[in-house]
Amino acid sequence: MTQPKNPVPALRLSGLEKSFGPMKIIRGIDLDIPAGERHAVIGPNGAGKSTLFHLISGHYQPSGGSVRLHGDDITGMPPQLIARRGLSRSFQVTNLFPQLTVWENVRCATLWALGYKYSFWRNVERLADARQRTEEILREINLIERWNMPAGVLAYAEQRALEIGLAIASNANTLLLDEPMAGMSHGETEHMVELIRKVSENRTLLMIEHDMGVVFDLADRISVLVYGEVIASDTPERIKANASVQQAYLGTEVA
Amino acid sequence: MSQKTDMKIPALPSGARESFLARFGIWIVAAIVLAGLPYVFSSGLSVSTMCMMGTMIIFALSYNMLLGQTGLLSFGHAVFFGLGGFLTAWAMNAVVGTASPVPLFLFPIMGGFTGLVFGIILGAVSTKRSGTAFAMITLGIAELVSSSALILRHFFGGEEGITLDRTDMVQVFGLSFGPQIQVYYLIAVWCLISVAAMYAITCTPFGRICNAVRDNPERVRFIGYNTQTVRFMAFSLSGLFAGIGGGLAAINFEIMNSAQMGVGESGAVILMTYIGGIGNFAGPIIGAVVVTYLQLMLSDVTDVWQLYFGLLFIGMVMYAPRGLAGLLALQQPLLQTRQFHRVAPYYVLALLPGLVAITGLSMVIEMTYQLAVKTAAGPAMAFFYVPFNANSPLPWIIAVILFAVGTWLFLRAARLAGDAYSEALAWRKLP
Ligand SMILES: Nc1ncnc2c1ncn2[C@@H]1O[C@H](COP(=O)(O)OP(=O)(O)OP(=O)(O)O)[C@@H](O)[C@H]1O
Ligand SMILES: [Mg+2]
Repeated sequence: MTQPKNPVPALRLSGLEKSFGPMKIIRGIDLDIPAGERHAVIGPNGAGKSTLFHLISGHYQPSGGSVRLHGDDITGMPPQLIARRGLSRSFQVTNLFPQLTVWENVRCATLWALGYKYSFWRNVERLADARQRTEEILREINLIERWNMPAGVLAYAEQRALEIGLAIASNANTLLLDEPMAGMSHGETEHMVELIRKVSENRTLLMIEHDMGVVFDLADRISVLVYGEVIASDTPERIKANASVQQAYLGTEVA
Repeated sequence: MSQKTDMKIPALPSGARESFLARFGIWIVAAIVLAGLPYVFSSGLSVSTMCMMGTMIIFALSYNMLLGQTGLLSFGHAVFFGLGGFLTAWAMNAVVGTASPVPLFLFPIMGGFTGLVFGIILGAVSTKRSGTAFAMITLGIAELVSSSALILRHFFGGEEGITLDRTDMVQVFGLSFGPQIQVYYLIAVWCLISVAAMYAITCTPFGRICNAVRDNPERVRFIGYNTQTVRFMAFSLSGLFAGIGGGLAAINFEIMNSAQMGVGESGAVILMTYIGGIGNFAGPIIGAVVVTYLQLMLSDVTDVWQLYFGLLFIGMVMYAPRGLAGLLALQQPLLQTRQFHRVAPYYVLALLPGLVAITGLSMVIEMTYQLAVKTAAGPAMAFFYVPFNANSPLPWIIAVILFAVGTWLFLRAARLAGDAYSEALAWRKLP
């Protein structure tokens, strides 16, 4: 075996398990995601994809196994500590600050990473770096025209774009996106694919997506999750060719 | 066509330092208004009313740091107001006779310090939870402190409370603080400082994250913030400002009573803040002024004034949940486009039957009170100087008719006003 250049993966899941009462939703997942990889997670509804993201990001506590971020054990850490280590995420169900303006939503998401923390003595409008970063992100997600509207009144697709904006605002090195294109039109999806391609440069991306066109276009590697288990994890070509994947998932969805 | 893009995108925040006037203009105007008020409202009653309003403005704004800014419903905020007042009173009484040269206007610092310390102690417990659990803990704390006041009679002075003499402090600039007007200026200065400081806090990273916690605490954790820390800091800081308000109240009344930190007083600040409007920084200021005024005015003319407050509060919660400030904010786009004159007549049209309905309702309340509570005085009474007998059916019939007709007309007029409002608002969007 050839020795990998960077032996410490960005994310390493070992024997990860999650049960809700008697129901085992995640049944022992082992997965390494090398730094810089764009990795897609696919699988049928209810397979446990979102639950897996919740375990990695600290939203849920694992029932067993471990999560390592750049080699450090983050298993069971609260979400804010994981976020501060440079792991950021978006949610499948839009999860914004509805009364705050679009601008304020994004700016709030930039503040910790820029080191402002709980500062109650600096005027937030004078923070040039936060302002520039916010403007940059709003231009990227095409929401600059809406900057002073409350997030709660945006159209659905705009809220989805803002959801991505919050996830990328902190400049995290590891990005988890849970169905970023869900409910978007074809044109919006195309724009979003380009945006995700751009923001995931030099970053590690883990993305749940149902749109196979997007997945095969964007991902370096794909993991197929069925009933809480990864049944295959490989390059897009080999996943397409994999018989058990076709049977378990692609066969029912695509054909 | 740069013109076109400019129209599409409202001017982005530039972050440039605004001119001196843009930054401080409003505070300079506020200072001038505060300085001038006693010349306009110069009677002794007005000045002491304004003194009360000043302390209540600080108290209500500090409460809104929790409720409006951070989404924390506390039922025990008067604890910090009260403890701040008591510690200020004790500090002043301790200084008397030691000839320590601490001038009076520094004592509210003692109140603020006390509020902060207890905010930290009690906040460490209560902010471990959020939502309903938090509200229940604060209620428990309020009860706890109230009952401690009954046990620690020496410190809290039992029913009589703790008295102090503000004129006993060392005098600087020849200010004795005997005359109420001097106390007014003391309160005005502290009020201005506190309001400006609380406003400044809303414009900081911490202030914005408080708003984020109010909107969606779960999401805040994923952008790196510990929601418990945010709640704890908001709680402690609001304790600080409530304590300053309490210290000023002690100086103003020269007495502190344990009732001032009870659940009733905590309820009063909720009322004030909510009636003024929790969604707007100025809301609690308006609420403190209006409610303090109504309190003094109503308690003069009726024994059951608290009942009217309850009704007002329920009415606001149901029909104007954004408070008085919210109602004013609705008019702002009309004022900007100079369309307000199109709706103003409808407002007057709705106001008149509204007043008729209120008159009918208060007749019923006052007559019931006369018959049920003031039995010794008999059924003869007067309402708006009109004498009548509460036992006869005629005044009851009149009252019910006034209420029913007034309400009916008010609802109709309110609908008309609503239509006129939407129309005036749409007017501005036409090319
Ligand atoms: N908090 C919870 N308590 C109990 N069961 C849960 C909980 N969260 C998820 N589940 C269950 O776990 C299973 C996996 O859910 P999950 O949301 O992870 O699926 P998914 O793969 O993301 O599906 P989808 O494609 O529909 O988003 C579902 O059967 C769901 O009902
Ligand atoms: Mg899901």
